[in-house]
Amino acid sequence: MKKTNLQLAVILLPILFFAVAPVRGQNESAPIEINPTITIGLTPPIPVSLTGFSGEVLSVLKFDLYVQGFSFVSPDAAQYQISGSNSGNIIGHVTDKVARKEILSRSYAGASLRREAHALSDDIVFAIRGKKGIGQTKIGFKAQSENGDGEIFVSDFDGGNPQAITHDKTIVSAPAWVPGRLALYYNSYRLGNPDIFYNNLATGEARTIAAYGGSNISPAPSPDGSKVAMILDKDGWVDLYVADADGSHLKRLTKSVEDESSPCWSPDGKWICFATKINERRVLAKIPADGGAVQRIPTPGAPNPTEPDWSPDGKWIAFTSQMGEFDICIMPADGGTPVILVPGQDPSWSPNSRTLIFTKLTNWRYSLSVLDVFTKQVKDIGRISGNDSQPSWAK
Amino acid sequence: MKTMKIIYPLAVALAVMLASTGCKHQPLGITPMREGLTLPPNPPLPPTLPDTNPPGPQINPNPDITSHGIEAANPNLFEDMIEDTNALAAYTIHFPYDSAAIRDSEKANLQSVASELAADPATKLLVTGNCDERGTEEYNRALGERRALVAREALAKLGLDPMRVRTISYGKDQPVDTGHDEAAWKKNRRDDFILLHPNPNMPAGMPPS
Repeated sequence: MKKTNLQLAVILLPILFFAVAPVRGQNESAPIEINPTITIGLTPPIPVSLTGFSGEVLSVLKFDLYVQGFSFVSPDAAQYQISGSNSGNIIGHVTDKVARKEILSRSYAGASLRREAHALSDDIVFAIRGKKGIGQTKIGFKAQSENGDGEIFVSDFDGGNPQAITHDKTIVSAPAWVPGRLALYYNSYRLGNPDIFYNNLATGEARTIAAYGGSNISPAPSPDGSKVAMILDKDGWVDLYVADADGSHLKRLTKSVEDESSPCWSPDGKWICFATKINERRVLAKIPADGGAVQRIPTPGAPNPTEPDWSPDGKWIAFTSQMGEFDICIMPADGGTPVILVPGQDPSWSPNSRTLIFTKLTNWRYSLSVLDVFTKQVKDIGRISGNDSQPSWAK
Repeated sequence: MKTMKIIYPLAVALAVMLASTGCKHQPLGITPMREGLTLPPNPPLPPTLPDTNPPGPQINPNPDITSHGIEAANPNLFEDMIEDTNALAAYTIHFPYDSAAIRDSEKANLQSVASELAADPATKLLVTGNCDERGTEEYNRALGERRALVAREALAKLGLDPMRVRTISYGKDQPVDTGHDEAAWKKNRRDDFILLHPNPNMPAGMPPS
């Protein structure tokens, strides 16, 4: 009898085991779904620790990482431990605590401390996320003095190494970086009229793009740099026009008594989004870049929208909404409900499609701030030169 | 019955194990991702102004504006003229907030400007459009230009050849009052009229050097 029971057990146990072993069949629940649509403003930052760095190197690392969606905790609480030193050459290591391995080990030499620190932050971002960091990118912006005169500046994205690229001692505005090139369009009154100019900082080329009668304002180069959109009123109404990059072959796109402003391109070059008015109310709209019907873009909950900017990955439109004060808003590019993020105006996307730079108004003075739209982490740049505004991020 | 003594605990064990497979298991070796979690929807936005009207046919609310706009004057034909900012300073016209509508109360000023220009056919006119500081920068630059254009069109209707009139927008860059209240802002929402005289040192017909 006992032997029979044992035989029974020997037969049953394997059956039992197979019956209850995890079966990857249709009925089994899937593992936790990673939703690829990151939620604007509510995504938790990646916690990292920073040890061994000091002074300017530490502040550069913290600034760069904070505005790309990282937060700073003790090594015990960190998902990634970043360590190193900057006495002498900068050395950096990153350990992935969960995978329990070192994912970056590098030293830097031959450049300024700031430059090396930005290079390290880019390597950290790439090691953790597999995506290019923004530490070594540049911006253009306007620096204006109290009497209204200003100059166009370029600098590191965090305001470091600022350099004036105009010396016009007059009103300037709307610098717009040409994607993939060290060149900008901008507006200047140096000839006694608001005109649009182009400067290539690498070659020294300087061109007048639009000096028509009336005001020539708000230049916006296409993503491939072959065309430039602008706002002109040479034909009697303030409207949207497009030309070749050198200003030739001008084509009028809109014909409305209302004033259009702030054109920006979709990254595929097919659409131009801009601010306009319909029935005396401020709205955003878009038009095919080759011409066609103007389509209104509703911004429910975010009234008086202006200054749109389309993210490089095509997914989002950032813009300024005005309800009393100005607010930075983000909405899905193919329509939806905007999310109001932080007070500010005139956003410009970085190449990573999550960090943007904008103008902050504090006590009627302008300065620049940098925002990670997914975590809502924001950092002020602080005064660079006079009233700093109208940033344009190089892509 | 002895068989039952074995089968019964096995059955219980089977039942327990089947019940426990209802839990999700994290496969080994996968790092729990912090990014990309689906989070609860955003909290409701604060109450706002009603959404804009649906698009309709272009409505022209300001009867002073022509149906097609008037082509801009050639800026080259205004070179080297002498600016007189005082002659027409009394006739500056002002605008409502966020609007380029010319109020009825401003029409007398426009008539005075037209009359002054009619009195001396050699003169030309520069209209500068301005905004208060409360709009965003490029929006204000465009609005300022529109304010200058509507004045040019209104003057055209009063008989002033629009080719004698240039327009420039200064956006919010040149306030007359740098205060941060409505008393200042209403002064800044304006068109200024600058009389342009031919330069006496330039003989008529000679191109600028």
